[in-house]
Amino acid sequence: MNWEEIETLPRPGLESIQLNRLQKLVHRVYETVAPYKAKMDEAGVKPGDIQSLADLRHLPFTTKDDLRDNYPFGLFTVPMDEVVRVHASSGTTGKPTVVGYTANDIQMWASVMGRALAMAGVTKSDMVHNSYGYGLFTGGLGAHYGAEYLGATVIPVSGGNTKRQITIMRDFGSTVLLATPSYALNLADTMADVGVSPEDLKLRVGIHGAEPWSENMREEVERKLGIKAVDIYGLSEVIGPGVAMECLQSDHGLHVLEDHFLPEIVDPDTFEPLPYGEAGELVFTTLTKEAFPIIRYRTKDISRLIVEPCGCGRTLVRMEKVTGRTDDMLIIRGVNVFPSQVEHVLMGVEGVEPHYQLEVNRQGNLDTMSVLVEVSENVFSDEIKVLENLTKKIQVEIKDLLGVTCAVKLVEPRTIQRSEGKAQRVIDNRKL
Amino acid sequence: MRVEQIAVFLENKSGRLAEITGVLADNNINIRALSVADTADFGILRLIVDKVDDAKKVLKENGFTVGKTNVIAVEVPDRIGGLATVLKTAEAEGLNVEYMYAFVNKSGENAVLIFRFDDMDKAIAALQKAQFTILSGDQVCAL
Repeated sequence: MNWEEIETLPRPGLESIQLNRLQKLVHRVYETVAPYKAKMDEAGVKPGDIQSLADLRHLPFTTKDDLRDNYPFGLFTVPMDEVVRVHASSGTTGKPTVVGYTANDIQMWASVMGRALAMAGVTKSDMVHNSYGYGLFTGGLGAHYGAEYLGATVIPVSGGNTKRQITIMRDFGSTVLLATPSYALNLADTMADVGVSPEDLKLRVGIHGAEPWSENMREEVERKLGIKAVDIYGLSEVIGPGVAMECLQSDHGLHVLEDHFLPEIVDPDTFEPLPYGEAGELVFTTLTKEAFPIIRYRTKDISRLIVEPCGCGRTLVRMEKVTGRTDDMLIIRGVNVFPSQVEHVLMGVEGVEPHYQLEVNRQGNLDTMSVLVEVSENVFSDEIKVLENLTKKIQVEIKDLLGVTCAVKLVEPRTIQRSEGKAQRVIDNRKL
Repeated sequence: MRVEQIAVFLENKSGRLAEITGVLADNNINIRALSVADTADFGILRLIVDKVDDAKKVLKENGFTVGKTNVIAVEVPDRIGGLATVLKTAEAEGLNVEYMYAFVNKSGENAVLIFRFDDMDKAIAALQKAQFTILSGDQVCAL
């Protein structure tokens, strides 16, 4: 069956493919990954108990903690000889979250990403300008292989060097832009600065993801770049970009590549599955991944699933644009940041008090993060350079751990509000 | 031969300096000399006062971060070149000035230079050898 057929299958047909794949997956994971077996045994569920898609609810959830506890490769189901690539994203307490891919996984990823791009009308005739970062982050390489899968021409420009990117877009005739929404706006503003107008470019469509963005931002991107801007969703724990994608016809939500990734919405408090249409935490089970399959991964993203047919003819369920998080994770310039990671860095700096606050702002189109640190007697000095070295040290360590440049602001003791119970660690002034 | 100095962390917000000097005044503490070092984000107030321990205590009680360090007070005649002769001696010994400030005493004849050197022991020895007048904390406060 080719993918056009799969994407337009009547729901029962699609669901039988999903169930078949789910059953195989659960058997394989139970037999090959000790931590999964232990959790299933504890929950009193056997692979044979999965008789329908509704039985999914009996399987235990997987969380970022499970990934951390089994760092780096403990949840892989194949020998490392069969793993051809790893990617990693930042974890909650310093250790990154590591994911692996077999050769088949890489192919499957290219196919889902290719299908996602096709939903935005990308074809082999396109010149794809890929500004997602190449490296451990899944964005750059994930998008790259997807565009190649379609036979499009890829410009692997990665992030940064914005003026050069504009020259390349103009001279090479880029038709498709892949970038975080904030970087797309940065490109637009830089174009205005250097006197390049949207008419000088051949850009037609922008595919933006890896960070939350509002409808207002979408309008701004579309107006400033003269393109149609669509949303893409993905996360490394599931595969990377290519988990869900807005088609050009969709007025609401992103099609989930459901033949590979099974979505659920659960109540964020009771964790009971919720019916279509209700908002809750988005949970994914991978159906076909080999090296690093994942069962019921709690994304902490808030969304809804929309099963009503879409104008494009696809029967794939749609997930609403992610509207929030169930935890305190921040996304700063496309990078996941947990306040606990910043705390981890501060605790490692001798003499620094555990009182801190993160202040997030959007200056122009770029997110900025300031870390406010109280100056205790232990770190105070009568010499400016000592305090400046302290702020630099914290800055460098945060950059090393998180990959995000932040400002470090020293403040007087007791100026950071002490709240009863959960401290308010984050002041997010961004209007998303 | 060393003078105790207190240093106070200052966030860049209005009224902080007034608050500190107010606290000191309320507690009958006399400021003999002071300097403020500042960056774009914060400042450090350095003070020489008559009652060092009291000053430190009351400022801490009022929520300030306070440190105590030693500096050297050198008395020189208040005339052209007074500071230059001290710095020449320091330079000849390979000493680095971390920071300094100065004030003129009441009679107006002498200036008092407050120094923080990278190597305080070496600085004291060098300045004594060159026969500069180094003041004690009590002497500074008695001026």
